[in-house]
Amino acid sequence: LCSSKSYAPAYHLILEGILILWIIRLLFSKTYKLHETYKLTEKEKEDLIEEWQPEPLVPPVSKDHPSLNYDIVTGPPSHKIIINGKECTNFASFNFLGLLDNERVKQKALASLKKYGVGTCGPRGFYGTFDVHLELESRLARFMKTEEAIIYSYGFATIASAIPAYSKRGDIIFVDEAACFSIQKGLQASRSFIKYFKHNDMEDLERLLKEQELEDQRNPRKARVTRKFIVVEGLYINTADICPLPELVELKYKYKVRIFLEESLSFGVLGEHGRGVTEHYGVNIDDIDLISANMENAVASIGGFCCGRSFVIDHQRLSGQGYCFSASLPPMLAAAAIEALNIMEEDPDIFAVLRKKCKHVYKALQGTPGLKLVGVPFAPALHLQLERSSGSRDSDMQLLRSLVDYCLEGQVALTLARYLEKEERFLPPPR
Amino acid sequence: TSADYSSCRCQRCYSVRYLRERGMTGHMKRLIAMSAGASMLGRQIVHSDSHHGSLYSRPFIESFEETPMLVAVLTYMGYGILTIFGYLRDFLRHWKIERCHIAREREVQKDFVPLYQDFENFYTRNLYMRIRDNWNRPICSVPGAKMDLMERASHDYNWTFEYTGRVVQDVINLGSYNYLGFAENTGPCADSAAEVTMKYGVGVASTRQETGNLDRHEEMEKLVAKFLGVESAMAFGMGFATNSMNIPALAGKGCLILSDELNHASLVLGARLSGSIIRVFKHNNMQSLEKLLREAIVHGQPRTHRPWKKILIVVEGIYSMEGSIVHLPEVIALKKHYRAYLYLDEAHSIGALGPRGRGVVDYFGLDPCDVDVMMGTFTKSFGAAGGYIAGKRELIEYLRSHSHSAVYATSMSPPVVEQIITSMKCIMGEDGTAIGRERVRQLAENTVYFRKRLREMGFIIYGNNDSPVIPMMLYMPAKIGAFGREMLKRNIGVVVVGFPATPIIESRARFCISAAHTKDMLNRALSVISEVGDLLQLKYSRHRIQPSLARPFDDNVYEDIDD
Repeated sequence: LCSSKSYAPAYHLILEGILILWIIRLLFSKTYKLHETYKLTEKEKEDLIEEWQPEPLVPPVSKDHPSLNYDIVTGPPSHKIIINGKECTNFASFNFLGLLDNERVKQKALASLKKYGVGTCGPRGFYGTFDVHLELESRLARFMKTEEAIIYSYGFATIASAIPAYSKRGDIIFVDEAACFSIQKGLQASRSFIKYFKHNDMEDLERLLKEQELEDQRNPRKARVTRKFIVVEGLYINTADICPLPELVELKYKYKVRIFLEESLSFGVLGEHGRGVTEHYGVNIDDIDLISANMENAVASIGGFCCGRSFVIDHQRLSGQGYCFSASLPPMLAAAAIEALNIMEEDPDIFAVLRKKCKHVYKALQGTPGLKLVGVPFAPALHLQLERSSGSRDSDMQLLRSLVDYCLEGQVALTLARYLEKEERFLPPPR
Repeated sequence: TSADYSSCRCQRCYSVRYLRERGMTGHMKRLIAMSAGASMLGRQIVHSDSHHGSLYSRPFIESFEETPMLVAVLTYMGYGILTIFGYLRDFLRHWKIERCHIAREREVQKDFVPLYQDFENFYTRNLYMRIRDNWNRPICSVPGAKMDLMERASHDYNWTFEYTGRVVQDVINLGSYNYLGFAENTGPCADSAAEVTMKYGVGVASTRQETGNLDRHEEMEKLVAKFLGVESAMAFGMGFATNSMNIPALAGKGCLILSDELNHASLVLGARLSGSIIRVFKHNNMQSLEKLLREAIVHGQPRTHRPWKKILIVVEGIYSMEGSIVHLPEVIALKKHYRAYLYLDEAHSIGALGPRGRGVVDYFGLDPCDVDVMMGTFTKSFGAAGGYIAGKRELIEYLRSHSHSAVYATSMSPPVVEQIITSMKCIMGEDGTAIGRERVRQLAENTVYFRKRLREMGFIIYGNNDSPVIPMMLYMPAKIGAFGREMLKRNIGVVVVGFPATPIIESRARFCISAAHTKDMLNRALSVISEVGDLLQLKYSRHRIQPSLARPFDDNVYEDIDD
């Protein structure tokens, strides 16, 4: 500081001096920890660990819980089934085309067993792809008149792996309330926004779509990257009625959402050649982005498949969890499915026969006193519901169970529809 | 005798406590451990008899050699070059200079929100496509020790494949999970499966709780329970689904799941679907697990600090990408001390480990009742498909009524069930022959021999000395494709894995040894691997063991301590 240039006023210097002293004090003072008081001593930690008691791993199940004791079936589950020692006519399995007992299917499966053994010992990526898988995929694509198909080894996992492969966090899915449990699991795994619309109610869906459109106009940048899907079933398992597909396709083009169709019950049942809901209504199959079905109902095998355009299906080969991380379908089951497809293609009359029989049963069960018939006339799986509920689900279930037992005595096999009460989102009434 | 690290007086635990109390970081710990006279060979874990002798009844040797520095640098450079080229090709494709082979959206739907983001598929388009011919190779025979591959050719750089119609015969199969060699189309298993196919048919068309529960299913479940030594068991149609559908039934909101870093996708999905809080501990690191357990019990649930309802530790028997075996005695000691529950996923280890083939519990000689939930799959060692869960009777009763699979999913197919029954009886010796025991012994012998020879040749092998899953490091992206193709040219089928199944620079080839491999096949495979290894310069290991000397168990070798 040159003494001739010292025009800094005295208070300025004093202020700076005080600031420097303050900084020095802050630098050397002990830091103040906010959570000082919350640190626990070792002894307290040990005490907490000693005290903690977990719940038992599983809550105890009472001895007479309805789903605890299974009915044991001896012998093949075909048209005549032996439940608990009694022989009955089988109205309980999903054996719609009667192919469970077919000799040709069994012979083909046997031939495949003699060639490949039973298991595949690996996922699709690591020497688990057999030529039967490739053949089944191309046959399914040809049958459904789409570009490509992909096979899963478990029916439940098919739609539950397909939905999270496309829809991620931040996307929006519109689902029918009566969607089945595997769809619900797929939705949960995808972490997207789920919006439920009332069962088969197109106005409700349109209202939701309009609301979403308004949202989009408010925030166009976000809307450009948010994908939107509608997930519906062809024939609903829970209510046995059909979705209005032509209106859905209209809504698709109007509001620019993609449609995923789940055809577990309607594949091999509806339509002139058994191609499902799209053939039933005459909708162009390219309009549906993804069709998923399981092969465990009409096609009496095990597993599931998805079909659609290559643009959509190819993505699942790398990102479908149930496809990449799981062993492939045993080749004998794939061979059985191919033979079942052969039968379906050769003989399209069986679908007409099935529909006639469904109508017949529907008419016959219409007037049963005390019971309400739920479903459409051409649905192969119908529900009988109690007309007046007693108010408590448990007693309803017990009444229905005694009904089933009575039918078993009369040599007719029926079954109670099972639901996981705590897990379902919209629990259907007992039937 | 409990695994109380705070009072154990052995050298290893002493050094861990010493360093932890002084708050050392990982790097400092490594230096101190080195200077304390230990020889650091990357990470080598040796538990010999004198150390925690009450817990480990046999020597447990695992090694994960560190990546050589030069190799790591070159690998990053390789990925960098590929990325630059990837951007260049995308640019060319966008401006239509290069022909685009990717499938495109329909014209009518062009103004919909795009289904895929472009950058999501960058890796797939530019890196995976180049070496795609190493995966999804179709086979047309039994996936046994030797198989027949269908020949594929591609004229547009792997975008589409055509089948030339020729079949490559007798390729030695080092890729299928066929540990005990039950993937066969002749013999007692295949015969009984054939019988059941004719009698019962192939499908079941109903769920377990409705009319899908056949008498064969009940018999199979009793047999599985007897095999594992537990009270009862329940089987499901798919191994992946077993995990993803039953973990939500066991843990829910208010529970804590402690899962290993490298757990399989099905365990991760099951944990996510359950809705509990998930905390991850470092792979096979018992100190990390203990720290998490203590913290969890002491502090309770996040934010509310209420006590947890239950704590579930989820581990696997053999980790298929690392070849490491879980430190089961220590995990069980921890679980008993802190009152947590243990879920053990034995997908790869059931049938493949242990003197009687009963899995990792048998390998360590422990009591199966200590593990609360034992889960496994039938795909790998039994040549069938499906999964099971076994444990106490109350657990299985609860699962029978509350599992998603029992209520909504179709039951297993009868011939598959029959295959499981026959192969399990064979392993247990109940069919009157000694084939099962012979195969278990053969597998153990093959594993030890193969690993020893690979190490002698100078390759870097990860994992435990007894695990039949053998990952061999390749590191560089170009070598992934080259190794797969060169081995196929010489008639050996191997599995190569890269990102995202493994960390980005640690790509590897994975060999799965089978009891069906004869000594000749193994020798042939080894000579070919050595040839290709010399060609591609894969012999990275700096610590070749001399074939003649027997290594003594060195008490001074420390575990890499990285808390």
